[in-house]
Amino acid sequence: MNNEQELIPHLFRTEYSKIVSVLSKLFGFDQIEIAEDIAGDTFLTATETWGLKGIPPNPTAWLYNVAKNKAKNHLQRAKLFENKIAPEIKINLATNQEIELDLSESNINDSQLQMMFAICNPAITMESQIGLSLRILCGFGIDEIADAFLSNKETINKRLLRAKEKLRTEKVKIELPGIQEINDRLDVVLTTLYLLFSEGYYSSSQNKTLRKDLCLEAIRLCYMLVENNATNKPPVNALLSLMCFHASRFEARTDDNGELVLYNDQDSALWNKDLIEKGEYFLNQAAQGNKISKYHTEAAIAYWHTIKDDSKNKWENILQLYNQLLQIEYSPMAALNRTFALSMANGKNAAIIEAEKLKLTDNHFYYVLLGELYTDIDNEKAKQHFKTALVLAKTDTDKKSIIQKLESLLKN
Amino acid sequence: MKEFVLIFRMTKDDQPSPAQMQERMKLWQDWMGGIAAQNKLASSGNRLGTEGKVVKPKNVVTNGPYVEIKETIGGYIIIKAETIDEAAEISKGCPILQGGGNVEVRPIVSME
Repeated sequence: MNNEQELIPHLFRTEYSKIVSVLSKLFGFDQIEIAEDIAGDTFLTATETWGLKGIPPNPTAWLYNVAKNKAKNHLQRAKLFENKIAPEIKINLATNQEIELDLSESNINDSQLQMMFAICNPAITMESQIGLSLRILCGFGIDEIADAFLSNKETINKRLLRAKEKLRTEKVKIELPGIQEINDRLDVVLTTLYLLFSEGYYSSSQNKTLRKDLCLEAIRLCYMLVENNATNKPPVNALLSLMCFHASRFEARTDDNGELVLYNDQDSALWNKDLIEKGEYFLNQAAQGNKISKYHTEAAIAYWHTIKDDSKNKWENILQLYNQLLQIEYSPMAALNRTFALSMANGKNAAIIEAEKLKLTDNHFYYVLLGELYTDIDNEKAKQHFKTALVLAKTDTDKKSIIQKLESLLKN
Repeated sequence: MKEFVLIFRMTKDDQPSPAQMQERMKLWQDWMGGIAAQNKLASSGNRLGTEGKVVKPKNVVTNGPYVEIKETIGGYIIIKAETIDEAAEISKGCPILQGGGNVEVRPIVSME
């Protein structure tokens, strides 16, 4: 019974986005809401019918069939009532009365890939790109998206509607850009996937299953890019590698109560060896061409973190990778992590000098780092820094881990 | 924030061993990483090859820029700093100083 209750949400997640992508490709992006309506309607019909008659032997095929019929009905109505939409449809209705909605695996993949490029459009904000990706490419419910963004349904709904309107006025087409343009657009697509993954990995949402799903969806979409010759580029492989390495620690980084377990306290037996191997494979695949993207560097850093034992060599490598990453793109987190790696490779005293220069005074992680660097060097200073960190920390998880550090400092 | 070019000059007879080169590479990377970590690296700049030609009036072309001078420019980076003094302060950590070279700090003239 439990399985049956979970069937619809599961199918919704896996099939909704496929139906929407294929239909939108057929109708054109300006008709995306009709595609969403048809897909949503299909699931409604499924819920009603299956509730009465039981689940069909092949639920997915059943859904596709219903979606096809609904699409046909829609097209016929559209043809009768407004001869406007029909001529715009890419297939020729006059000569081919029996329209065939192509729900083959290859057309689904193509449609989703093209949809990815349509959504990851610089015309709309990054937040909207992620939101739309979650809705249209990953089949997430509005309330689930709201949960992931720590927002509410109305805000998310408005944001998605605005984004779709914007894409419509920009006349965005569902197609792969030309070879020339793919590289430029790919950057935006990768950024969205990267943020999608981070949203799941670092989200403060308490819903662990949802967060894991976000990460897995990001991996699935990234894998789709690797599978396609036009988009199988080194940075794509590097990003996929990075995601695999991070995801390998998914089980180890939260305890039974859903509390975050810091890297140093993780049980490495819980790390997923299979994902680590996949990460290594894609990192090797990424080692082509002559351009090092930030994903390459971050994947290489993540690789070193799959080796639990500390060694001079490990931290020296991590330090050099952070040096490189910061030269590609500055971020406060990378600056802090680089300084931590510096303390492991060159010693605490060298790191303190560098840390004092960073002056990230509104960032509680900065004071946590200073606290850790001063521990055993000047415990009084360490205490002060941890206390400042505690004032600046926003989430309970962060506060709890700072209090733990303060307590262990006071014990010694 | 203003931008400053740091020009690295070194003496030409400075020939490090491979082990020294490895050591120096780390010093350079750590120094550059430190500037980047403060978000003050505007450009990683370029390293210059040691060969060179100097073109003078009347079709006179000589080999190498360092016939008369002992120093040669090894490369440059561009950093962001509030003042030239801050830029000079940052330059004090440059590894080239350990090998007998020096750093010339010059402001980039803004067109605004």
